[in-house]
Amino acid sequence: MTGTLESALRRRIDGGGKCLVPYVTGGYPGWVDSLRACAANGADAIEIGIPFSDPVMDGPVIQQSSQVALEAGATPVSILQEVRTLDVGIPLAVMCYYNTVFHAGHERFASDLRAAGVVAAIVPDLPLEEAGDWCAAADAAGVETVMLAAPTAPDERLPRVTARARGFVYSVGLLGVTGERTSLSSTATALAARVKKVTAMPVLVGVGVSNAEQAVEACRVADGVIMGASVVRRMIEEGPDAVGDFVGGVRRALDGATW
Amino acid sequence: MSVLVTPGPDGRFGDFGGRFVPETLVPACQELEAAFEDAWADPVFRGDLDHILREYAGRPSMLTECHNLGRQLGIRLILKREDLNHTGSHKINNVLGQTLLAKRMGKKRIVAETGAGQHGVASATAAALMGLECKVYMGAVDVERQALNVFRMRLLGAEVEAVHSGSRTLKDAVNEAMRDWVATVESTHYCLGSVMGPHPYPYMVRQFHRVIGDEAFAQCNDLLGAPPGVVVACVGGGSNAMGIFSGFVDTQARLVGVEPAGGAAVKRGQPGVVHGMKSYLMQDEHGQVQEAHSVSAGLDYPGVGPEHSYLASIGRAEYPNVTDDEVIEAFQLLSRTEGIIPALECAHAVAWIAREAPSMQGQTVLMNLSGRGDKDVAQMMDILGGGQ
Ligand SMILES: Cc1ncc(COP(=O)(O)O)c(C=O)c1O
Repeated sequence: MTGTLESALRRRIDGGGKCLVPYVTGGYPGWVDSLRACAANGADAIEIGIPFSDPVMDGPVIQQSSQVALEAGATPVSILQEVRTLDVGIPLAVMCYYNTVFHAGHERFASDLRAAGVVAAIVPDLPLEEAGDWCAAADAAGVETVMLAAPTAPDERLPRVTARARGFVYSVGLLGVTGERTSLSSTATALAARVKKVTAMPVLVGVGVSNAEQAVEACRVADGVIMGASVVRRMIEEGPDAVGDFVGGVRRALDGATW
Repeated sequence: MSVLVTPGPDGRFGDFGGRFVPETLVPACQELEAAFEDAWADPVFRGDLDHILREYAGRPSMLTECHNLGRQLGIRLILKREDLNHTGSHKINNVLGQTLLAKRMGKKRIVAETGAGQHGVASATAAALMGLECKVYMGAVDVERQALNVFRMRLLGAEVEAVHSGSRTLKDAVNEAMRDWVATVESTHYCLGSVMGPHPYPYMVRQFHRVIGDEAFAQCNDLLGAPPGVVVACVGGGSNAMGIFSGFVDTQARLVGVEPAGGAAVKRGQPGVVHGMKSYLMQDEHGQVQEAHSVSAGLDYPGVGPEHSYLASIGRAEYPNVTDDEVIEAFQLLSRTEGIIPALECAHAVAWIAREAPSMQGQTVLMNLSGRGDKDVAQMMDILGGGQ
């Protein structure tokens, strides 16, 4: 059965479009307004970051937003409570580090997500070999677990990763942590092409996709993009309106390109 | 069968350990695992390692019996002198092993985290010896309290970066070193400084430190004709403790790993996952990792290596803790009674022995003196006042 997130992305792809998934740090002061601004400006789904004390996959911008959110008292519970009241009309996923899941317990965390209306989870420090128990609990609760494919993965590994993926495959755009870069890494399209070859799932590029131009470039190969630090930086520096303008601009660029 | 676990591909010590890293690092960990297995089984590698441990690090380290303090405490107290190794602590054993391995793997650069700076100094030293580029991440708080070691690292040609995120101590230095490694994994080896992190690190680092326990076992046989009754070491990540424990897990000796009261992962923590491993971890009710607080930068860590969690869970080793005040006392006690200034880290072990001696009367206690205290003298001067 195709999950809610995958179905939403497929609708976009089948209509000839490209998917846009912005990332917003949950619990950052005013984050819900930024999330609504994303939804109102053409996002296909939204990734809500659950802040963690030790975010090893994140660069300075998302680290800072996480720290501010934690200092403001954000917890996984408080964020999911807010999510529960949202009705933005597009699928919501969470991005969280594994200790958040492990600490709550797999079954409980999966059912808490579902109860809050979250349909998918991305757990960047839970690689394939360690993911079995969580994936089983998530599958049972109807939560799609997005798997990450990395540029360092040998050919033999990629199909095993994509076979375990639900929702979409997160094709990591570069060797490194989240953060804006002046240009799209050549690794981004190279890996997306390798991943596309081994799966029929939607393939989205994330990490290091920093503006509309880079999003279009990535989508020459991929089915869509995840935009994190570029969105979060605007949320921190300028607020929800700037987030909405930025996401709307990327949407128009993706819709205006010919594929 | 030995209590000492050789983990399988899943990297488990009982329920603990594993490999919880970003997908980008999985192939690097697998490669390292294979390279280590291969090297460890290769007599040429082992011969090269033994050679530099002897000719460069100064092994074997000797045993010193503390007659004065032993008499005062009513025990027989014997120190394993890792403080006498080149660079002043046990850290060099692991670093020489890992850098030799990194060279064998064709890596050009190493990154390391450091707390007290001893692992950073050892890494910078080995990098200088072997012609590797070296970058060391160190929490901004530790850069301040271990200024001498920062200068030593720079003198040795390493780049030292102060880490300003989070608690600005060892935990955050590990995060930053991992972020560096994610970006540079093709050319860089992460020279992790304790028996922690993702598989194969906890196992590999223990194997590189086994030399402590293996030597001590033989030396105790010579000196005592038997293993000691108690084996004590301080525990930050737990490498010096695993090193000495590995020589005695299969004996009757009582094994004691001493943690700081402000970083008592085993006693106050619950199983959790951070820095690539599942282990006891100090965390809040939502699974956020808590900041440790210790006078000793090298033990200022909210987690512990997974093999210690395992040994605690099966009841083979115990993990009490001591307060900063007890440690400051013990630091002076060993200095005055034996003329040996210990590192603040292993002053934790001294503190526990001094406190518990009344219940160990007449017993033989072997303590791993993991490092020398020169690096801590400036900090102690601030604490005690210069005239003390
Ligand atoms: C002298 C000394 N002992 C102990 C430690 C703690 O490390 P571990 O628990 O891995 O032995 C350190 C760490 O910096 C150290 O410098």
